[in-house]
Amino acid sequence: MGDLTRLTAAQTAAVVASGEASAVDVTRAHLERIDTVDTSVHAFLHVDVEGALTAAANVDAKRAAGEHLGALAGVPLALKDVLTMNGVPTTCGSKILEGWRPPYDSTVVRKLREADVVIVGKTNMDEFAMGSSTENSAYGVTRNPWDLNRIPGGSSGGSSAAVAGFEAPLAIGTDTGGSIRQPAAVTGIVGVKPTYGAVSRYGLIAFSSSLDQAGPFARTVFDAALLHAAIAGHDPLDSTSIDAPVPDVVAAAQHADVRGLRVGVVRELNGAGYDAGVRQRFSEAVDLLAELGASVGEVSCPHFDYAMPAYYLIAPSECSSNLARFDAMRFGLRIGDDGAHSAEEVMALTRAAGFGAEVKRRIMLGTYALSSGYYDAYYGSAQKVRTLITRDFAAAFENFDVLVSPTTPTTAFPIGERTDDPLKMYLADLDTIPSNLAGNAAMSLPCGLSPDDGLPVGFQVMAPAMADDRLYRVGAALEAALNDRWGAPLIDQAPAL
Amino acid sequence: MTTYDDALAKFEPVFGLETHVELGTASKMFCGCSTTFGAAPNTHTCPTCLGLPGSLPVTNAMAIESTIRIGLALHCTIASWCRFARKNYFYPDMPKNFQISQYDEPLCTDGYLDVEINGEVVRVGIERVHLEEDTGKSLHVGGSTGRIHGATHSLVDYNRAGIPLVEIVTKPVPATGALAPEVARAYVTELRETLRALDVSDVRMEEGSLRCDVNLSLNAIGAAEWGTRSETKNVNSLRSVERAVRSEIERQADVLSSGGRVKQETRHFHEDSGLSTSGRSKEQAEDYRYFPEPDLVPIAPSADWVEALRAALPELPFDRRRRLRDEWGISVLDMQSALNAGAVNSIEATVALGVAARDAFKWWMGELARQANERGVEVGELPITPAHVACIVALVDAGTLNDKLARQVLDAVVAGEGDPDAVVAARGLAVVSDDGALGQAIDAAIAADPDVAQKVRDGKIAAAGALVGAVMKATQGQADAARVRELVLERLTSV
Repeated sequence: MGDLTRLTAAQTAAVVASGEASAVDVTRAHLERIDTVDTSVHAFLHVDVEGALTAAANVDAKRAAGEHLGALAGVPLALKDVLTMNGVPTTCGSKILEGWRPPYDSTVVRKLREADVVIVGKTNMDEFAMGSSTENSAYGVTRNPWDLNRIPGGSSGGSSAAVAGFEAPLAIGTDTGGSIRQPAAVTGIVGVKPTYGAVSRYGLIAFSSSLDQAGPFARTVFDAALLHAAIAGHDPLDSTSIDAPVPDVVAAAQHADVRGLRVGVVRELNGAGYDAGVRQRFSEAVDLLAELGASVGEVSCPHFDYAMPAYYLIAPSECSSNLARFDAMRFGLRIGDDGAHSAEEVMALTRAAGFGAEVKRRIMLGTYALSSGYYDAYYGSAQKVRTLITRDFAAAFENFDVLVSPTTPTTAFPIGERTDDPLKMYLADLDTIPSNLAGNAAMSLPCGLSPDDGLPVGFQVMAPAMADDRLYRVGAALEAALNDRWGAPLIDQAPAL
Repeated sequence: MTTYDDALAKFEPVFGLETHVELGTASKMFCGCSTTFGAAPNTHTCPTCLGLPGSLPVTNAMAIESTIRIGLALHCTIASWCRFARKNYFYPDMPKNFQISQYDEPLCTDGYLDVEINGEVVRVGIERVHLEEDTGKSLHVGGSTGRIHGATHSLVDYNRAGIPLVEIVTKPVPATGALAPEVARAYVTELRETLRALDVSDVRMEEGSLRCDVNLSLNAIGAAEWGTRSETKNVNSLRSVERAVRSEIERQADVLSSGGRVKQETRHFHEDSGLSTSGRSKEQAEDYRYFPEPDLVPIAPSADWVEALRAALPELPFDRRRRLRDEWGISVLDMQSALNAGAVNSIEATVALGVAARDAFKWWMGELARQANERGVEVGELPITPAHVACIVALVDAGTLNDKLARQVLDAVVAGEGDPDAVVAARGLAVVSDDGALGQAIDAAIAADPDVAQKVRDGKIAAAGALVGAVMKATQGQADAARVRELVLERLTSV
């Protein structure tokens, strides 16, 4: 058997199922890889060696007993540190949760366990998922495997780096304004934000409840589909979870045919402010879809220009309330508990010490936006913009089956470049935010390396809510054609670590 | 000090009541934890009601149903679409540091509850009925008062956190004058009876499952505008409602009469003194930053469902009392005392067993009310059933028992000696009504006292009393005195 870490998730599941390699072998190979490269990449905040090996041994035992194995049995997975896992440290990249071990599994983790997936550890992230570079983590930066001096995207940068760095074939991220798609784009892998409500949020530590959505990272569209299918589905523990059949994303990923499919290029998500290399690779991919038989046209979504300001009112407003529970009373950090301070002072001291600058900035923004006398002007107006953006999408989807754009205006930027300029940092999510505001499904997949800097460029496909299967159909077709053109998957061009 | 009468001579009170009712659902508002009262601290908790990171609320459908039924009973309009909202503030017993409540979209609006004061109907308007979750409970330890000031540390019990709480807010109630305290008490009493009839809560004020806040303002009689109001919290018994309204009228009248200004503030009522003390000032209104709860989907009760709930409502206490009063032919005051004694259900059940309303009322509100009073319980809680009472009444009607014996049987049943028939048999309490046996006793009495017998023969009928007394004594009181008298006179006169 060759290097087990170079296999796709589908190949890994196949070798485990056939007995060519045991799940324990596969897990050990990945733990060794993590040992070797994670000192430089720093994708993981916690590697659960014992838990992973136990889970892998269970898979091997089930196989030996002739029991049914899940489609991803024995496949290692990296879990963003924003999802709870019983007994395993969960920090959200924040000091305020240091040392906390949740007493329960998130629904995503429960489903992963049911699918016999082996969770190898928890990945780094921008604190409470607020950021686009993973530089806002309280536990240090994560580095992009393509260039260790550059960011891996964010907020799910640990997950994207783990998959791009072959530390795991699969990872779970969460996407509130682009936190799966943008990291996938800048690390040359596939990332999907499913329809809002398609994947349960139970156990997903909330940043912005009406926008957060967990989804898959993988190195191939088909692997992403397998993981998507494993985690999606109605959950009675999440009121906003959709009670309808999950679109057959796995079948769609095997139906790589875009003939007759109507593809709309969104005018507002391109042009000034985009790297030339990003625009070039994007437009080549659009041409390729046309060559494959899709009918391509341009579409205008005029209110997308207001998506960013609306997002930066809605998300901070919700986070200002969601993060109120971090108060030192029941879990996590506690500062000033010396008998000399009141409960209120202990709360204030703990929050001052435990939250980072970006989190504080957003709590303050949101508190202000919701306050009496400002609510209508800020939160109220932002909700109206949200409705208008949803209508733009609805109108566009009358004429097009999917919409496309670059995933993010630039390739991975150097670590430290934007940390002093929040507004510039926020621009990384310009293309991804509209789908969160509308609750739609969207995917990013690699469409080449920028001729400017040799770094990966992401191609975004957007579909209506509960039409997630269209993402996979387009993604699989484009991926196959691009691989043909390149002669190998793009990720193979990533430098050895 | 301004007396109550002085206060009312100068000022007109306007009051309003906010009542919080813990619903009697088996599980909490947004999770599956038990709502049972009195469990060991923090044993009825889970990630959701502890507000642990990542947990999510799921609405308890039974709580929605109960709230709609309350709204219907209070003649409210039921919203066809409404949302929960987050009320944001920090407190250690608030697990999430926001309370899931309702803000500008309550489930029920604009209704009323009729109450009766001395036979007069007063209609109290209902502003809104909404659903929210309760907080945990803080226990401040180390101080002398149990309050936070002076405490060395505090303990928090989250068993109560997340219990469904219905908030019922009245419209301002003007123009009740000196009756304001009574109207306030009657409203809470009527509300409690209504909630009991709906079977949505155990409405035990002493366990905190029904809690009241009293809003009150005074204005000069005839003034066009109402005065500044205070909000008195912690008013947790019916008696306290009445006292809190009364003492706040006196307090505000005192302030106003001496040229002062009533502060808009929260006050705390103290059960022991019957007075309130100033709490936090509301002049700088707290900003709760309400916004629609994004973790929950809107509530949209269908018209069909609401109508089905309306059709299935039980008869409401107000209507029932009017009906029973007519059926039983009793006065408003008698009905009021039956209500206060908690005897209405027992009387009704006894009547349903075929007993004349007059008799049922007599027994439950006479001997049994006295016993209940002695034991400090409600009549309905005595260990005697309507069937027992019906049985005793039937024994009296059949002549087996007289009034005095019936009372003894009643006492024996309450004392746990068994059902009436068993008591009668065991104690040999049946009236001696066999004329043969009585005849012997009467003959013996006449023979024993020939002088008296002669007087009766001579027409001094009143003298027969001595003979009747002798017979009653001989039969140990088990004879029917009226029958004895008849038989004595039969023998001694030629009638």
